[in-house]
Amino acid sequence: MSKFEALTGNDAVATAMRQINPDVVAAYPITPQTSTVQKFSEFVADGLVDTEFVTVESEHSAMSACVGASAAGARVMTATSANGLALMWEIVYIAASNRLPIVMSLVNRALSAPINIHCDHSDVMGMRDSGWIILFSENAQEAYDNIIQAVRIAEHPDVLLPVAVCQDGFITSHGMERVEIYEDEDVRAFIGEYRPQWSILDVDHPKTYGPLDFYDYYYEHKRQQVEAMKNAHRVIQEVAEEFNRKFNRNYGLFEAYRLDDAEVAVVVVNSTAGTAKVVVDQLRAEGLKVGLLKPRVFRPFPAKELVDALRHLKAVAVMDRSISFGSMGNAGPLFLELAAAMALHGVHIPMADYVFGLGGRDILPSEIESVYRDMLRAAETGQVERMVTYLSVRE
Amino acid sequence: MAELKGWRDIPIGGMILEAGNAVEYPTGTWRAFRPVFGEAKCIHCFTCWLYCPDSSILVDPENEKMLGFDLEHCKGCGICASVCPVNAKVRREAGEELARDDPRLCIRMVEEGKFQE
Amino acid sequence: MATKLALKELIKQPTRLTPGHRLCAGCGASIIVRQVLMAIDDPVVITNATGCLEVATTIYPYTAWNVPWMHNAFENAASTISGIEAAYRALVRKGKIPDRNVKFIAFGGDGGTYDIGLQALSGAAERGHQFLYICYDNGAYMNTGIQRSSATPMGAHTTTSPAGKKIPGKQQFRKDLTAIMAAHGIPYVAQAAPSHWRDLMKKVRKAVNCGGPAFINVLSSCNRGWRHPTDDTIEITQLAVDTCYWPLYEVENGEWRLTYKPKEKKPVEEWLKRQGRFRHLFRPENRHIIDELQAEVDRRWERLLHLCGEA
Repeated sequence: MSKFEALTGNDAVATAMRQINPDVVAAYPITPQTSTVQKFSEFVADGLVDTEFVTVESEHSAMSACVGASAAGARVMTATSANGLALMWEIVYIAASNRLPIVMSLVNRALSAPINIHCDHSDVMGMRDSGWIILFSENAQEAYDNIIQAVRIAEHPDVLLPVAVCQDGFITSHGMERVEIYEDEDVRAFIGEYRPQWSILDVDHPKTYGPLDFYDYYYEHKRQQVEAMKNAHRVIQEVAEEFNRKFNRNYGLFEAYRLDDAEVAVVVVNSTAGTAKVVVDQLRAEGLKVGLLKPRVFRPFPAKELVDALRHLKAVAVMDRSISFGSMGNAGPLFLELAAAMALHGVHIPMADYVFGLGGRDILPSEIESVYRDMLRAAETGQVERMVTYLSVRE
Repeated sequence: MAELKGWRDIPIGGMILEAGNAVEYPTGTWRAFRPVFGEAKCIHCFTCWLYCPDSSILVDPENEKMLGFDLEHCKGCGICASVCPVNAKVRREAGEELARDDPRLCIRMVEEGKFQE
Repeated sequence: MATKLALKELIKQPTRLTPGHRLCAGCGASIIVRQVLMAIDDPVVITNATGCLEVATTIYPYTAWNVPWMHNAFENAASTISGIEAAYRALVRKGKIPDRNVKFIAFGGDGGTYDIGLQALSGAAERGHQFLYICYDNGAYMNTGIQRSSATPMGAHTTTSPAGKKIPGKQQFRKDLTAIMAAHGIPYVAQAAPSHWRDLMKKVRKAVNCGGPAFINVLSSCNRGWRHPTDDTIEITQLAVDTCYWPLYEVENGEWRLTYKPKEKKPVEEWLKRQGRFRHLFRPENRHIIDELQAEVDRRWERLLHLCGEA
């Protein structure tokens, strides 16, 4: 029997890690991720897991040790945020390129400067071209569920890519929520035993990892990564289906909330989707046809499915918790990619981007409501007033 | 050179599964000077073998004999000749500067262009 | 029984680094790798920092390594091997793989060790992983074209410390990394040179059996950067040892011990004059640099003798 516990997002992830019992965890403290590895350290100290916890001297070494351990055929996990992820950067790419199924809990926080410890998505958006699979989580439950599924996705022989599971710093990571925790045995049965095809510890069959790769083969290795990402699109859904059956959940590539008969919608990831649902309900009570689309899978980007879910709308707002500086309209990455997807699939409906919540700035239901009202106007006029709006920034 | 393979036909992640396959790659073409046996007898001390950066001293481990040079890979650095104790002895006894290709040496370095079988 | 450290026995060992690698003719690095790996009878797993050794031995699809080997990045050979070693301990403990007494070795040049990789090395050493880090110190970033590192000797010409009209080569003395590693209090630290192969191999054996982290700093000639004939590699290394520029010693559980004392300590000038990178120092106006270098070599040698209880 599963049980409900009051847990923070970080504790929920730490609990998943306890149940997964990875062979190696290498991590370095950084706010707001820290309580994950603190909790996990207690599990190690209390003998609840038999993981080698490598208490590295930096995030760069955290990811480096993860790469080594994963090449050794170990099941490997780490956790980080913002500047920690930025320090890992070089090895983040190497982990993906070496096809190592590492699972990372990424507790989203604003990148410096100025230094800020609160939530936005500038950290994860920087890794979007790195070759990692990226999953978003609205709340602690989803962070917990996504971490468990991430192990299966990463280790699938057709994928073999690292996975980052995002949750919002402080909002989710430190917010206490009711989380359904499954039986340890059920989680272990779901993730199964990791049987790597290769290991650097196979001393009888020595292999070379990470050679110098010139113009004659580097490109082919990149093409393989494309194939792995294509496969991940399928595998993520297969794993979700199995997970849903086993644990009575409803995961897919995204969540559609009151979207089917909606005329306008907001697209937003992570915790703000939860707030937006409340706004949707309020506006629906007024008889307004509004809905929500909450992407779960950002990499690989499920363009066609997202477009199909949105194509019937009269206006779409994307809410971005980061800015792609210097991009078209200085918009956010989610908007840019979704707008491109819509256009390339021949869906031409008014779209606007709302940047919000940078550096942990609160996003209020009234502000989300204003976004919906903008879209309702756009649905009437057939055009948006501005392509990009920076919500709640002082002039 | 090996035929270039497509992305479906190579291991993922840049892994090389054939350990030590660099032996298939000839580096002997780099050589400007070639190590050649001279008149002084080899004492099979294996000093040249120890110091060869290219593992290009051929030995018979069973009979403990130095056999010669792997010219497929030898880059002609001349370390074998410079560390050879027999060469040192020949030089000492000659009482004069000996050229690198002096026939009296045990291992002599002969310019590739001037080499005759 | 460990293989006797006699060449007649060592030739019977399988080759762990094959020919066909593309290091320069006369490179000291591969000589060192061969000696290190020859000294170990147990299986080994290797990580290699970015550098000449790494690029030249594994040009895809070829590898010169007959043992498991991994390159991750420039600054993280130590953290990468620490991850592999941690995985080994976890997997053995969980009964997933047998304990084969595997030895974990990291190779890095001076750039990857003294400079960019120092933090990772320090961290891995402090954490107590069972691994041996071998620095092959050729005193500059040779792979990128001979730029100065913190291991470059004072006065040396490199491409980023050129001997110019105003500044005659590198202005600083080199970092004493071996002493820094000894200060970590790890069970085994040593300095070695391939010219003294038996000494080097004995140190490697002590290092991999010390039960914790070990570090050996090995002087590696680079004839391209040092500017000497390709066949001078071993002789020039011997001279570095005999001038006490590169003393051979070990620090075993905190005990400092000289493992080789030159019969006659030669002037450092004898080592300098064999190398083109120091040629400008022999102009009269630069004579003082040789004197300063000699004074520093003397000072460090006296300190070492003192630490080793030889003074």
